[in-house]
Amino acid sequence: MTDLTNLTLAEARDGLAKGEYSSVELTEAHLKSMEAHRNLNAYITETPEKAIEMAKASDAKRAKGEAGKMEGLPIAVKDLFCTEGVQTTAASHILEGFKPEYESTVTRNLFDNGAVMLGKANLDEFAMGSSNTSSYYGNVINPWKDKSGKDLVPGGSSGGSAAAVAANMALAATGTDTGGSIRQPASYCGIVGLKPTYGRCSRWGIVAFASSLDQAGPMTKTVRDAAIMLGSMAGHDAKDSTSAPMAVPDFEAALTGDIRGMKIGIPKEYRVDGMPEEISKLWDDGVAMLRDAGAEVVDVSLPHTKYALGTYYIVAPAEASSNLARYDGLRYGQRVMDDGDSLDDMYMKSRAAGFGKEVQRRIMIGTYVLSAGYYDAYYNKALKVRRRIYEDFANAFGTVDTILAPTAPSAAFAIGENEGDPVKMYLNDVFTVPASLAGLPGLSLPTGLSSEGLPLGLQLIGKPFDEETVLRVGGVLEGAANFTAKPSGLEG
Amino acid sequence: MSSLDKETVRRIAYLSRINVSEEGLSELAGDLTRILDFVEELQEVDVEGCDPLTSVADLTLPLRKDEVTDGNIQQKVLSNAPMTDAGCFVVPKVVE
Repeated sequence: MTDLTNLTLAEARDGLAKGEYSSVELTEAHLKSMEAHRNLNAYITETPEKAIEMAKASDAKRAKGEAGKMEGLPIAVKDLFCTEGVQTTAASHILEGFKPEYESTVTRNLFDNGAVMLGKANLDEFAMGSSNTSSYYGNVINPWKDKSGKDLVPGGSSGGSAAAVAANMALAATGTDTGGSIRQPASYCGIVGLKPTYGRCSRWGIVAFASSLDQAGPMTKTVRDAAIMLGSMAGHDAKDSTSAPMAVPDFEAALTGDIRGMKIGIPKEYRVDGMPEEISKLWDDGVAMLRDAGAEVVDVSLPHTKYALGTYYIVAPAEASSNLARYDGLRYGQRVMDDGDSLDDMYMKSRAAGFGKEVQRRIMIGTYVLSAGYYDAYYNKALKVRRRIYEDFANAFGTVDTILAPTAPSAAFAIGENEGDPVKMYLNDVFTVPASLAGLPGLSLPTGLSSEGLPLGLQLIGKPFDEETVLRVGGVLEGAANFTAKPSGLEG
Repeated sequence: MSSLDKETVRRIAYLSRINVSEEGLSELAGDLTRILDFVEELQEVDVEGCDPLTSVADLTLPLRKDEVTDGNIQQKVLSNAPMTDAGCFVVPKVVE
């Protein structure tokens, strides 16, 4: 039998349907791969017993003719989704040992559709980061290596999810994206990542970072897999008041392979000063592929692009400072307290011990920009600029169907690089943050290799709730780019 | 305009309810100042007549009936608490 971990989600689905193997066999193959690649630290918690139990239940369900859309398919779940009875840490010390009494809506949807959970994937603490080096549970290592062979970051914050999929330790994984946390790690690990429109997937039961930006999405091996998995994750949920009351389309049906006459926008402001030659070329190649497929390429302008990062690094910390106020050492999580301590002492000690450096920095920046005297100058100003950015996209989408741009300004960098200066790390998000601020869907897919042999991704940004166009164009780009390279760091 | 001194950081740390050591305050003052310098460029954007964008979700917040939909889950609510007693969360003494 061929190695079952090499399959795509779609192939595994079809093989299960034909009875070529069982979900238990598929799941066991992935559990073995997880063991073999533990050095990558992609998972915080492995749940092998639960996985086998779910796989057995799935095989029994299939035998009765009740297969769901994700029936029997083993996946990784980012450890930001609350999973009933299974430790959920958000990669933070403060939530160590936390076992939710409830299931997030997205994981509930996936499990109801038959998906099997292999474990909880590592991430940056509270999803704050672009390198997966801020996890309390250790760095994730990218399965790809450059020519020097040193350990590289997988990107972040969904770094464990991306590494797990790239190293065949899961057929697919859930991610969440606040400013690029699905798309940037997908690009660094050579996989596909889709951030849906804000409101497409319920946020209920996902540990909150910045509630006006957070959105769950699939991280997969192919564009088709992303379409399949999104169809299972998405849908209206009365428990999330910002969840869109809309029907979920058949995303897989959008992959017609035909983009003739479609208009692809190229935003000139994304061609930033100092853009590496290989990123520029990757982008030009992508443009040529879409043109060859019959699309019309149109220049568009998103004039407020250069202000997106500044806006994001006010809005996101402000929301985080409010969301993370709940970690008080009282109701769940770590408590640090000495005899005679006041309530304030307990709060301050628990939060100092429980939160890592970057999380503390963001809480404090957020507290500052919301504090009396600074609210208007920083927070309110950022919200107004956010509207300008939103309007830029609305104007561009008056003439084009989707926008093509690079996902990240570089390939994966070495662990330890870009540390020590928070702002330098933030620059990794320069191309992903604008679509996040505007709430738009964004799909990253690998289309080429860097001179160091590392994967590079392009992203397609779509109109609100038009994931179908993004997937359709993404499918064509994927076929033309024919990216078949595999991670170089897995042998031996 | 945005250089933070140690005293300001001490105040922010208290508002955030995070204990920070004396050396920590100096380091944070540097880090936070770097971040504020970085976002300073927003000041040059013309936002005349522009409403703040608080949500991209283009919908009116839905209303639901004001009724009890769950309850009797005291054990579940308390199951992750660091300290409980007689079915309650335990906090340090707050009243003298």
